[in-house]
Amino acid sequence: MIAIFLKRILLAIPVLFAVASITFFLIKIAPGGPFDADKAVSPQVLKNLNEAYNLDASNWEQYVDYMTGLLQGDLGPSFRFPGRSVSEMIATGLPVTFELAFYAILIALVMGVFLGVLAALKRNTFLDFIPMAIAMIGICVPSFLMGPLLVLIFGINLELLPVSGWDQLPGDKILPSLTLGFAYAAYIARLSRGGMLEVLNQDFIRTARAKGLAERIVVIKHAMQGGLIPVVSFLGPAIAGLLAGSFVVETIFQIPGLGRFYVEAAFNRDYTMILGTTIFFSAMIVFFNLLSDLAALWMNPRSRDV
Amino acid sequence: MKNNSLWSDAIYRLSRNRAAMLGGFVLIVLVICAVLAPWIAPYSYSFQDLNLGASPPSSEHLLGTDILGRDLLSRILYGARISLLVGFVATGVALVIGVSWGIVAGYFGGRVDSIMMRIVDVLYGLPFIIFIILLMVIFGRNLWLLFGAIGAVEWLTMARIVRGQVIGLKNQEFVLAAQAMGVSNLSMFKRHLLPNILGPIAVYATLTIPQVMLLEGFLSFLGLGIQPPMSSWGTLIKDGVESMEEYSWLLIYPGITFTITLFALNFFGDGLRDALDPKTSDN
Repeated sequence: MIAIFLKRILLAIPVLFAVASITFFLIKIAPGGPFDADKAVSPQVLKNLNEAYNLDASNWEQYVDYMTGLLQGDLGPSFRFPGRSVSEMIATGLPVTFELAFYAILIALVMGVFLGVLAALKRNTFLDFIPMAIAMIGICVPSFLMGPLLVLIFGINLELLPVSGWDQLPGDKILPSLTLGFAYAAYIARLSRGGMLEVLNQDFIRTARAKGLAERIVVIKHAMQGGLIPVVSFLGPAIAGLLAGSFVVETIFQIPGLGRFYVEAAFNRDYTMILGTTIFFSAMIVFFNLLSDLAALWMNPRSRDV
Repeated sequence: MKNNSLWSDAIYRLSRNRAAMLGGFVLIVLVICAVLAPWIAPYSYSFQDLNLGASPPSSEHLLGTDILGRDLLSRILYGARISLLVGFVATGVALVIGVSWGIVAGYFGGRVDSIMMRIVDVLYGLPFIIFIILLMVIFGRNLWLLFGAIGAVEWLTMARIVRGQVIGLKNQEFVLAAQAMGVSNLSMFKRHLLPNILGPIAVYATLTIPQVMLLEGFLSFLGLGIQPPMSSWGTLIKDGVESMEEYSWLLIYPGITFTITLFALNFFGDGLRDALDPKTSDN
């Protein structure tokens, strides 16, 4: 276990280094600088700006500078918001995005596992078809459509919930979390149904039933541990998807999180912000993938002692 | 002959699957509509009736018009061209890269295989959506770049599937016989290996198309994909969201079209998988 863990961490370091380098040079070859957007600036001002941000040094020097800063956790200044550093902006947006992602995952897990296990236990009955039909809807209705539809129904027509914002009105966290969580609930429902069906046919389940254990204990204690391994392995990649989802959800609901900062940075060509968030997102995703792989390994008794 | 019977069995099983057949039928209708859009669309996608503005569905404009007085039905039909084109072309790109990568890795095995698959593992762990956004920002919002970028992201799973299949095949007698006869690597891939793994490739390709279309819709929704006056279903949904309070039909009809298409693709893909399932076939 520990050996695998160390090996994976060692592999992650060069990968992140490569991501940072590639992104850095990609942005260097991008046409247009950060200061030639809205209004023309006089040559002198431009020169001073370039000097202030060290943009007239050679690419190589800038790269070394950036990498040194990166090692100390400094992602440089934002080009668009003078006086604010990229690290500061990430620190402002991250708690919001994390909270949103946490509620979404919670909704997805509770709904998905419940529906998936139910469907597997009641295979080929009404209680199998209905949850799976709901799951299909979750997969086919993208979040950028689901969000607005929920707003239209619950926010505008029924006037039950606030249509935008975060932490301002009571209940304004419900619709964004539901929007983001629903698609994952659908995937998790399908995965847990598949995993449970496979496990429920195995000998140790028959043995457990034969020795007279209550069905509830057979399902919860014996079957779910193996049957939900695919769900746990899915959670790592799901975090990556949640980040992408947060771009859309935070845009729809005007939530001041990291996802919206990123989309805005992309529009504003705020290169240091794009660079910083890309590296940060990559590190986070590599970390969560590692975590979910380890959890899946740990849940599988066959690989536990290796 | 074995190959024949596998496929005819599969077609038989597929034809018994009502959801899959319905999905296939919807897809054929959609593709025909998309191809014929310039002839069957009642108006041009950019024709504006400014006097009309946004109007609800009527006998002249079956699905109503948008804020600029453009016929929504025509825009959905033209949008189908872009959305389906992205779906097919980007999936094609993913197929070419993924299949070549998987065949080479699986067939040569050993060190080549472990290096190639390690690269796939590493790429799997990266936030590709962010790189697509990055590429769109750096190189401008070019349609063909969009195809390439999406395709370059979606090939990873295909490479894994193909590699697994090739490893299963490469010790079978017909491959050994072909090797003994001195067949070149290229014709080994094309004539002996590829035809035997077409089933899983077809299934996965069908299931990749909806994912690709979702990705395009997602980018267009953020304003980073297709640019006006061209429209894809993603941009139509984006426009619809902006005015949904007053003109809900502008969101609802493109949304329904997009969802139905994704349903059709998923049902057809699932049906194809069940029909060709490697576990139940005699392969």
